[in-house]
Amino acid sequence: MAEQLKDFSLLHSDEMILNMGPQHPSTHGVLRLKIHTDGEIVSRIEPIIGYLHRCFEKHCEFLTYEQIVPFTDRTDYLAAMNMNDAYALAVEKLLEIEIPERVQYIRVIMAELQRIASHLVAVGTFGLDVGGITPFTWTIRDRERILDLFEYVCGARLLYNYIWVGGVSHDLPEKFIRRTLEFLDYFEPQIEEYNQILTYNKIFIERTADVGTLTPEVAINYGCTGPVLRGSGVKWDLRKTEPYAVYDKFDFDIAVGDGRMGTVGDTWDRYFVRIIEMKESVKILRQALAQIPDGDVHAAVPKKVRIKEGSVYSRYESARGEVGFYIIAGGKDKPMRVKMRSPAFCNLSVLSEIAEGWMISDVIAILGSLDIVLGEIDR
Amino acid sequence: MEFNQIIELFEIRCPGCVTVVEGQQALTVQAEKWPEVAKILSEDPDLTFDSLMCLTGYDKGTGDALGVAYNFHSMSKLHKLEIRIEVPRESAEIPSVANIWRAADWHEREVYDLFGITFTGHPDLKRILLPDDWEGYPLRKDYETPDYYHGMPIPKDKTGWE
Repeated sequence: MAEQLKDFSLLHSDEMILNMGPQHPSTHGVLRLKIHTDGEIVSRIEPIIGYLHRCFEKHCEFLTYEQIVPFTDRTDYLAAMNMNDAYALAVEKLLEIEIPERVQYIRVIMAELQRIASHLVAVGTFGLDVGGITPFTWTIRDRERILDLFEYVCGARLLYNYIWVGGVSHDLPEKFIRRTLEFLDYFEPQIEEYNQILTYNKIFIERTADVGTLTPEVAINYGCTGPVLRGSGVKWDLRKTEPYAVYDKFDFDIAVGDGRMGTVGDTWDRYFVRIIEMKESVKILRQALAQIPDGDVHAAVPKKVRIKEGSVYSRYESARGEVGFYIIAGGKDKPMRVKMRSPAFCNLSVLSEIAEGWMISDVIAILGSLDIVLGEIDR
Repeated sequence: MEFNQIIELFEIRCPGCVTVVEGQQALTVQAEKWPEVAKILSEDPDLTFDSLMCLTGYDKGTGDALGVAYNFHSMSKLHKLEIRIEVPRESAEIPSVANIWRAADWHEREVYDLFGITFTGHPDLKRILLPDDWEGYPLRKDYETPDYYHGMPIPKDKTGWE
């Protein structure tokens, strides 16, 4: 027996399959990863999705255009304002209507506040994934203030149904601009605090720099968008490259990864792009709050949305990347087909490509840096 | 590159491959010509469509064909193109382009899952959003919701929202 054990060829060294999820704290929702490993080294990952599939696209075929808005909230629940906005933009393109300037500004303000709120969750939970618990409590504390602002505007804290086709549901309350400016004054120095506790933390850099490098070619080929694409050094942001709403009136930069701590496109870069983007959003917000004109927010809201036959593909830069709505109108008050191109769906598909050859603990860090929301992937 | 120039380019490179969708900035391609057209789209130096933005399956009604719409974009040339392929409902087969644009991999699986269009040559064509043992293709217009799934009744009362 002892003789036999010395012969290593008798030891099994097969590929092992490890299931992570669907219930696992670091999978950010109900995602199952089938990880093929050789010892501790990952050779392939098969993400298994669909646990949160709620037939969004099927539902859309039975609902009128206005009734779909609250459903878009529930796809990406961490950036619901962005989803409302993206859907409204697509329908307005089909309707070919002009939106009042005040509504455009309100939408930009809401979208940027939502982008900060969503990035705060991304940054906080990413810290949690790699072992830092305090940053999460800080980011969630600051996100609460944004949710308070949203509650002040429309009464809801998570799922808003605020941005309608052609307008918004309520005008801004009286003290909103002052309260938002107060929040920005509070929030800007906080970003430096996150940097101190997390971004430039030695352990954090060790865990993330040079890990899971995503090259620009692979990122574009897989359809990655948003901070994941920009982390790889591609200067691509729909707010700048194909401006919609009033984004062409603001002065801001596109945040890109520059390989400051290692290689361009590593996990740290993808994380840091979100930090810079929050600063840029603050910049946009200050300009928008200073310039916002007066007007009637319900002026362009159609009484009944009825669209003649046609189709449109409209894209929008949400907190997670490019949200696309492909809508085929059938000449009725209900759409014939609504397809939502989900950014996290494409971002997740690249996971196996970049996690190959890394340890299981690195997979957690890489997955955290992709910032997925399963509600949006599964729809 | 403008839409008209793209059509002219196709008339030289691949005559008869594409037809223009009436009144829209989109091209229709026959399923059997699709691999050839896809190769031109990705490799031609004047086109270089390196990004597949969206891939949508659609069904316009019970009597009609099933279709897939591809929305391409070029990150370097900054132009866009929509390609549509329609196939008969009974033998819905389209060659896969997952080896050219990896983004098509999961999107083709999604269309297969919800519309039942088979993408020939796809590396791993199986259901993605629905359970593996689901019967039928829910986004087809002639789909009928089953009464039970694994012994669990499926509620069909739609009063109040439909």
